[in-house]
Amino acid sequence: MSTAICDDSSATELAGRIQAAWGVLNTVLDPEVPALSVRDLGIVRDVLPDGEGLEIVLTPTYSGCPATEVIEHDVLAAIEHAGLGPAKVTLRRAPAWTTDWISAEGKRKLFEYGIAPPGPVLAGGVVPIRFIQRQQPTERLTCPQCGSRQTERLSAFGSTACKSLYRCMACKEPFEHFKPI
Amino acid sequence: MQSSIRLERDPAVQYLLRIGDTCLILGQRLAEWCGHAPILEEDIALTNMALDLVGQARALLTHAGRIEGQGHDEDHLAFLRDERDYFNVTMVELPRGDFAFTVLRNVMVATLLKLLWERLADSSDAELAAIAGKAVKEARYHQQHAADWVVRLGDGTAESRRRTESALKQLWLYTAEWFESDPVDEQAQANGLGPRWADLREPWQAEMAAILDDATLATPADSAFRSTGKSGLHSEHMGFILTTMQHLQRSFPGGVW
Repeated sequence: MSTAICDDSSATELAGRIQAAWGVLNTVLDPEVPALSVRDLGIVRDVLPDGEGLEIVLTPTYSGCPATEVIEHDVLAAIEHAGLGPAKVTLRRAPAWTTDWISAEGKRKLFEYGIAPPGPVLAGGVVPIRFIQRQQPTERLTCPQCGSRQTERLSAFGSTACKSLYRCMACKEPFEHFKPI
Repeated sequence: MQSSIRLERDPAVQYLLRIGDTCLILGQRLAEWCGHAPILEEDIALTNMALDLVGQARALLTHAGRIEGQGHDEDHLAFLRDERDYFNVTMVELPRGDFAFTVLRNVMVATLLKLLWERLADSSDAELAAIAGKAVKEARYHQQHAADWVVRLGDGTAESRRRTESALKQLWLYTAEWFESDPVDEQAQANGLGPRWADLREPWQAEMAAILDDATLATPADSAFRSTGKSGLHSEHMGFILTTMQHLQRSFPGGVW
């Protein structure tokens, strides 16, 4: 009987720690886009018990994203700082991360931060070979500065692997777009 | 001075390193464009793609090291092998050439890698399948971006066309090697690790024909020339690129940022 009570209380304690860890992960920001937490970004797959500590399962965004290692470090530091025990991070590559996993809240934060959020990824993730059209544009994004839809793409690649560069013809300001992938 | 590691020549390891080294060496070549591309947007694009390729190489080299079982990690494999233990296709080690040469090579290699990753997503090796599931998304936009440029240059000015045709003539020779079968390939096919590259020849040629057609360029005729990078026998350019890549780790063993 006492064992059962003990199990119950340790199970409650564990559930509490896991819940607390999810809360802590809300405060760990993406170093490249510090408006978003790692949870907003949709890269936290799971929080699991690991002995006295916790195992945080992350899915990396891009193969070569240099922020991955910084994020691992920041996650470990935040969990341990919150007194939730020793933490370890494991990477789960499959299924591959997609911008569809960025939360609605995350997309709103991106827009407010000045980055046009990604639209939905095409079915099957298939991107047909699309040759540059001589007379622009195939997609109209909303300018995060002034809200105009008179925008055009300047460059398919931007300051980080996940973004491309646009400009707004109404307010004349450049802005970045988080590419759907 | 750090001495070289000895690689266990296991067929599965070699199969993985053919892909991983192709990504690694092309990533290194593309990084050479940093600060040199004709326009800023392309400088950013080429180095972004270099980063993706190096990321894919890291995952594959790490995995190959585990399968090899000699305790070699991604850094040992990237920096401490001798030339003949690299198995990248010869094409990616050729000097970067002009911009036409670079974008044409990029579309050829990205098309190959995209076809490979699509099939490797069903590999019997779960880790390889997971790496492929991510990498295929990146290879798709690499292919798309490079194809856009090939069309622009091929169907562009007289000068851009002349340069693209010249690059095509030179690069096409190095594609024959890709689709030759050998025991490494046969074994990968037999145990479900990945496809025989020979089976990618038809879809690769079909995709390239569509791109070249849009670029108003003629597909070159096949040649008897065979490069042999996949077997570890490289062109005269390989030693030079490895010297650049390996210098720091060889001179300052274990050096970190």
